[in-house]
Amino acid sequence: MDIIVVFLIICGLVFFTGGAVGILRFPDFYSRLHPAGKLDTGGALLMMVALALFNLHHFSLATVLTGLKIILIVVFVFLSSPTAIHGIVDAGVRAGLGPWTRGEKRR
Amino acid sequence: MDNFFLFSGLYLSFLMVLSLYRAVIGPTVLDRLIGANAIGSKTTVLLVLIGLMFHRVDMFVDIALAYAMLNFIAVLAASRYFQKRKGLFGE
Amino acid sequence: MPATTNTRENTILHEPGQGSDPGVTPSTRKRARAFLPYAITFILLFSLWIVLSGKFDPFHLSLGLISCVMVTLFSKDLIFPEPGTEGSLRTWVCFIRYVPWLLYQIFMANLHVLYLTFHPRMMDLIDPRIFRFQSRLKGDLPLVTFANSITLTPGTITVYVSIDGTFTVHALDKSSRESLPGEMERRIARAFGEE
Repeated sequence: MDIIVVFLIICGLVFFTGGAVGILRFPDFYSRLHPAGKLDTGGALLMMVALALFNLHHFSLATVLTGLKIILIVVFVFLSSPTAIHGIVDAGVRAGLGPWTRGEKRR
Repeated sequence: MDNFFLFSGLYLSFLMVLSLYRAVIGPTVLDRLIGANAIGSKTTVLLVLIGLMFHRVDMFVDIALAYAMLNFIAVLAASRYFQKRKGLFGE
Repeated sequence: MPATTNTRENTILHEPGQGSDPGVTPSTRKRARAFLPYAITFILLFSLWIVLSGKFDPFHLSLGLISCVMVTLFSKDLIFPEPGTEGSLRTWVCFIRYVPWLLYQIFMANLHVLYLTFHPRMMDLIDPRIFRFQSRLKGDLPLVTFANSITLTPGTITVYVSIDGTFTVHALDKSSRESLPGEMERRIARAFGEE
């Protein structure tokens, strides 16, 4: 059980690392949204599942309820993250910010 | 196991500092918004980790849920607000 | 679809006249079917209350019961916006069957973006572009599901969705640009019965 939890948490940390480094490295605002939207969601999913599993070590009603709450957070993140990303993209497009194309210098 | 949680929490804080760089430096307002959103989504996980460290997950999970909702609403409101602003380029 | 729901509503409206004579099983079945969205909404809300409160003494349970009944009566169209119940029910079942495939796709998308992020010559690999395509999906729920799925999967972000199904998508590189609309649209069309 512990091995699964450690493995999932390390995978989640790798995803989060990719998200942070991607936000720093990508050339413009639209492509920065890709790691921010996807890798953070995936990392949150993996780490939350790992924490819910670890929480179920001492099996009782309270821990089951807490695990359900953690799953509820995951569902909420999965619903809200694409919507937030879409809101930011929409703001950028309406302000007339063009996408970065190959050959330009990074912004 | 507690040590493992402690170090993953520290590592998450380090990643939050990296995102904070983008939130401070970012050339446009929306870049800063992306950095703030990334910090928020990491904080949600970090709160549950802190709860596991203090053996009070049942309390910290509620805080994490509220923080996730707050982060979502803050990003939506800020992006709607900056939609009508000029000066997204020069800044 | 709208015609059938209208007739059903009419029969339900005229039911008090017919319901007096004994042995009318179809009308009772129709009444049960009209009652079904209330029941499902109530069960969902009450389970949410139990999970969030975590107390099982009679005082808190009765408080939750009262507030859930009130919210169910106020907003019966919260989860099932249209009166066609069994169609919505089948939609939800199909949607739950669609979720595991979406999780697998999200995992692959994460690996793809991770590879791009840590690649040393990342600036040569990516080729961001905004393009648009026409989808054949109709209805609000399939369009929203498709848009959110696009945002969550390989290197693509939905910029704008018009009401007739024209998607404007920002794609990170060439391979993710060519993957739309493909497998995902077919799966969503099958899940919502628009094949």
